[in-house]
Amino acid sequence: MGMTLAEKIISQHAGKNVKAGEIALVNVDVCLTQDGTGPLAIRQLQKIDLEKAANPKSTVLFIDHAAPSPRSELSNDHITIRKFAEKTGACLSDVGEGVCHQIIAESYLKPGDILIGADSHTCTGGALCAFSTGMGSTDVAIGIALGKTWLRVPETFKIEVSGEFKKGVYAKDLILHLIGKIGADGATYKALEFCGETIENMNMSSRLTLANMAVEAGAKAGLIASDKTTKKFLKEYGREKDFKAIKADNDAEYEKVIKIDASKLVPIVSFPHTVDNTKTVDQAKGIEVDQIFIGTCTNGRLEDLEIFANIVKGKRKHSKTRLIVVPASKRVFLDALDKGIIKTLVDFGAAVLAPGCGPCVGVHEGILGDGEICLSTMNRNFKGRMGNPKGFIYLASPATCAVASVLGEIADPRRFVNKANSKSKKTK
Amino acid sequence: MLLTGKAWKFGDNISTDLIAPGRLFHLRSNLPELAKHVLEDADPEFAKKVQVGDFVVGGNNFGLGSSREHAPTIIKLAGVSAVLAKSFARIFYRNAINVGLPVLICDTDKIKNGDELEVDLEKGTVVNKITGDVLKFAPLPKAMIRILNDGGLLAHIQKYGDFKID
Repeated sequence: MGMTLAEKIISQHAGKNVKAGEIALVNVDVCLTQDGTGPLAIRQLQKIDLEKAANPKSTVLFIDHAAPSPRSELSNDHITIRKFAEKTGACLSDVGEGVCHQIIAESYLKPGDILIGADSHTCTGGALCAFSTGMGSTDVAIGIALGKTWLRVPETFKIEVSGEFKKGVYAKDLILHLIGKIGADGATYKALEFCGETIENMNMSSRLTLANMAVEAGAKAGLIASDKTTKKFLKEYGREKDFKAIKADNDAEYEKVIKIDASKLVPIVSFPHTVDNTKTVDQAKGIEVDQIFIGTCTNGRLEDLEIFANIVKGKRKHSKTRLIVVPASKRVFLDALDKGIIKTLVDFGAAVLAPGCGPCVGVHEGILGDGEICLSTMNRNFKGRMGNPKGFIYLASPATCAVASVLGEIADPRRFVNKANSKSKKTK
Repeated sequence: MLLTGKAWKFGDNISTDLIAPGRLFHLRSNLPELAKHVLEDADPEFAKKVQVGDFVVGGNNFGLGSSREHAPTIIKLAGVSAVLAKSFARIFYRNAINVGLPVLICDTDKIKNGDELEVDLEKGTVVNKITGDVLKFAPLPKAMIRILNDGGLLAHIQKYGDFKID
């Protein structure tokens, strides 16, 4: 019997063939922590006198969640992280570099790797066909020190997508649609494997959006075969030599197959307070928005900023809606500067902040007031997520957010999207 | 081991944001202080009134969201002896075992807020002292029983210098 992507990658790291349901001890290629989880991981290693990194060059400690620090307690956490990096030789990604998952994709992760990260959206790396999964601080701490972890090999749901997106519909709408369909726990403990012609024709930016949100259906990983698009992405970041083609076997066993026709999808909005509380954009029409936030590991890439900028260019931001833009990484920020996108956004009325997680975690940079509504490109709309349990978070694509920032309320983006935008979604 | 205490009933989809809110991010290196706010956004009275030995009882998908291990850690620090739910989110489940907090999957519809419960970890039973219902919970995977019995992942690694789970 053939293997799924998850079985293939885990088997290679376990030194034996393993199937879904089995427990495997595996070597870990890349480990990440961020400033919300790193300090605890470090203290755990200090407690058992194991303050070391087995693979320092692929152990990356990020300062992205509260960066720059808004409070002295967090500044002290940052000191703990910097000291650990210095002591162990692990890599440090400090204030201004950007969101962990974006940088891991740009600079560290290779197809076929196993990545464990003390951040639930570590599954983003599955877009590069690396088995990438989120864990807690202690699991990742042990992974850092010993270079290994244990995994239960997950069963896989095959998500087969065909057809072309209609103008104004994007990968974000596809993943919100899927989560709405199967539920926030619809894929608990499972791996999602995205495949089909739509995925094959999809660029890496959109693939990262899909993999990123696998965890919002409860999944352990969201994987996509490594192909020419993966190669092109690695080449763009000077890492062509890291490329390796990987695909699932034709006779692999899947627990479930879900087929989606992308051409039939419409823009989707997730309503508070769970991601699976999805409705079509028509059902959200007219909801007035106080704050709009473009960024995060889900939709803070160049393509996302470009889609947004193309819609708002030459228009005026609605006076009652404030706009926060946070590029996912320094590289995204620089590319957006070069292309004039940042100028367009600032002219339009955006507050552009340093690369990082921005207001997504509710620590700083845009905490909601009581009763306020935020429309965001982020991946999570839980009660209290943006720092105030009395706030309301709606999730959508960058295009839906762009239209709302002009109108001050949610509206269907399809009639605002020009042809240039829909073309940018195709593989270059 | 026999655990006894009162049930604190919560609904479906109790996220780690509700257990350990992002607005208290700055308390993550001060766990005793963070524990004073545990589950505050789901039930503002819980942290003040929970007694040592009590149980947190959820519905479906308990602990979804962020990987923050601080969430199960502060539930444990608050004195809770186990979390019972119909299902758990994956990362929370694994984190709970790693920090030595038992997480039990059973039909929690039969438990009401305030019920007195008796949990037998070996037998895999929950006895509701108020209704007399006896609920069965699924046994943990072997690897997790080992880690839990050693007192959590850190103690496990300290004991063996490596993973010893098979």
